[in-house]
Amino acid sequence: MNWLTKFPTLDDSILTALKKTIDENFRTFTRAYGDSIEAFFHPLQSFLVQSERLLLSTPWWVVIAVIAAIGWFASRSWRIVIGSVVTLVLIGLFGMWEDTMKTMSMIFVCTVMSIVLGIPIGIAMSRSDRLQKLINPVLDVMQTMPSFVYLIPVVMLLGIGKVPGVIAVVIYAIPPMIRLTDLGIRLVDKDVLEAADAFGSSSWQRLKNVQMPLALPTIMAGINQTIMMALAMVVIASMIGVQGLGQPVLRAISNQYFTLGVFNGLAIVGIAIMFDRISQAFGRRLQRHREFVHG
Amino acid sequence: MADGTGASIDIKGLYKIFGPDAAAYVERVRQGMSKAELNEKHGLVLGLKDINIHMPPGGIQVIMGLSGSGKSTLIRHINRLIDPTAGEVVVGGADVVKMSPRELREFRRHKTGMVFQKFALLPHRNVLENVVYGLEIRGTPRAKQLEAAMRWIERVGLKGFESKYPNQLSGGMQQRVGLARALANDAPILLMDEAFSALDPLIRMDMQTVLLDLQKEVKKTIVFITHDLDEALRLGDQIAILRDGEVVQQGTGQDIVLRPATDYVARFVREVNRGRVVKAAAVMTALRPGAAPSGPAVTEDATLEDAVRAIRASGSETAYIVNASGAPVGEVGLAALADAMVVPAGSEAA
Repeated sequence: MNWLTKFPTLDDSILTALKKTIDENFRTFTRAYGDSIEAFFHPLQSFLVQSERLLLSTPWWVVIAVIAAIGWFASRSWRIVIGSVVTLVLIGLFGMWEDTMKTMSMIFVCTVMSIVLGIPIGIAMSRSDRLQKLINPVLDVMQTMPSFVYLIPVVMLLGIGKVPGVIAVVIYAIPPMIRLTDLGIRLVDKDVLEAADAFGSSSWQRLKNVQMPLALPTIMAGINQTIMMALAMVVIASMIGVQGLGQPVLRAISNQYFTLGVFNGLAIVGIAIMFDRISQAFGRRLQRHREFVHG
Repeated sequence: MADGTGASIDIKGLYKIFGPDAAAYVERVRQGMSKAELNEKHGLVLGLKDINIHMPPGGIQVIMGLSGSGKSTLIRHINRLIDPTAGEVVVGGADVVKMSPRELREFRRHKTGMVFQKFALLPHRNVLENVVYGLEIRGTPRAKQLEAAMRWIERVGLKGFESKYPNQLSGGMQQRVGLARALANDAPILLMDEAFSALDPLIRMDMQTVLLDLQKEVKKTIVFITHDLDEALRLGDQIAILRDGEVVQQGTGQDIVLRPATDYVARFVREVNRGRVVKAAAVMTALRPGAAPSGPAVTEDATLEDAVRAIRASGSETAYIVNASGAPVGEVGLAALADAMVVPAGSEAA
């Protein structure tokens, strides 16, 4: 009657054998295909290196000017521009410029990857209920599975470095991009879609002229979320060798350097707020046509 | 492709049943299964039942019915936004039902324009970009798109509003954009799904006038859906009345007002101002042989009101009616005109 008080588990030997088999098989797989997988991700590697080199080799004042200009064109708000410049200057003064550039380069690459992969997946998902039912649980797993767990196979396959970092961050940050693209397209007014059909739009014309433009504000919210989630992963990614603001934080944790941790933490917060305000303001400007309403 | 003026539309034996495996039930409905039985026993909804309407080219065909009568479903069969369960929709000789997706797209691009109850404008495009939409989809060169769009924007009275967004316009102005967008295609068929129902009464009257004026020039085949009998009588060359997915009566406005086919139709037409619908020619008597026609002359398409106005202005008691070539064809007196204007006593009690 032991099973009434104690949960009946599988036999220890079975469990061990199971874990062993899976691990061994994966190891064999890694040995066999590790190189080709690494080769597959080589373009991503050079993209990362290039963007980091670009940000680091550009003089700091040019970087600030460019970000201020992007901020201005995206938001047309002096407050956001001044806020961004002040944030960046403070980061520089506190000696975190180089780490910040590395982090920004990684966030940039991760966001681009998430957009490039996420939007087509989101579009495909919005067109088929069956695909939506299939992908949704996968996205749930991606968002809730502790990141450390999927760091293991990624590191086994690709070792430590930038590329596995980016992959881990993209896995964590891409779900809102996919979900909000799907949602945005599904929310497009049925009447407008019917009108597009009545005028003989092909499905590409429908997507290009009606669905994407009308879903754009929601998609922009997805991009914003993706950036925020990528920034949240900075510290975890630093554990597998991604350079940037995460590494000093990691050092601060293991050595109890309180101030170092706070400074770098605040720098992450600073650029997060900067990206958030700029991308949100851009999203709002995209729907200017909704603002003035006939009285 | 200058498709220009109207094409004929023939709807033949059209059935629409909503629900799974609908095709299997068409035969049973043909054999007399009722809408209620179909719904209760099999869970399917009978949308349209045995619709047969011939719409001649260049006329305004009104389809009138209350909500749930199937009128919006019917108009969507003409450009096949909804697929029928059985039947044919022949437009200018081609059966829309049999078209491949590619043919259907070309048909929609070149043969039809559509105006919607809720306007359905593209909110992120300004007036000009909305009006060019159909031409853009077709691949018309940009210069021609703009030329046609500007012409129609001006024609519907929106000159100067080209760069406004739909949100900045009133309902009436938005529907003018909708109308311009549909007309810019210069397609032979114009489908109007409760196009004016969402507008205020006065603006609705304006838009009806705009439409009638335009129709004199463009001579499209217009299919106009409405739930408003006054609108139907004002616009329609031909009217079909729909109830529960079936046509209960079709004919000219005058036919329907003077000879309602069922009690249902009679209840509708009781409130109508007959003086503006019925033609004086409908109540004329033959000219007495030998007697010279007395009073003013009115044309065959003059309404009762027109005839009374002419008689009162002339000070006589009668008028005579002349045909298109000016020859007298009959005469009519004030008493007969007055009788025709009031609802017959019998139908008042109905």
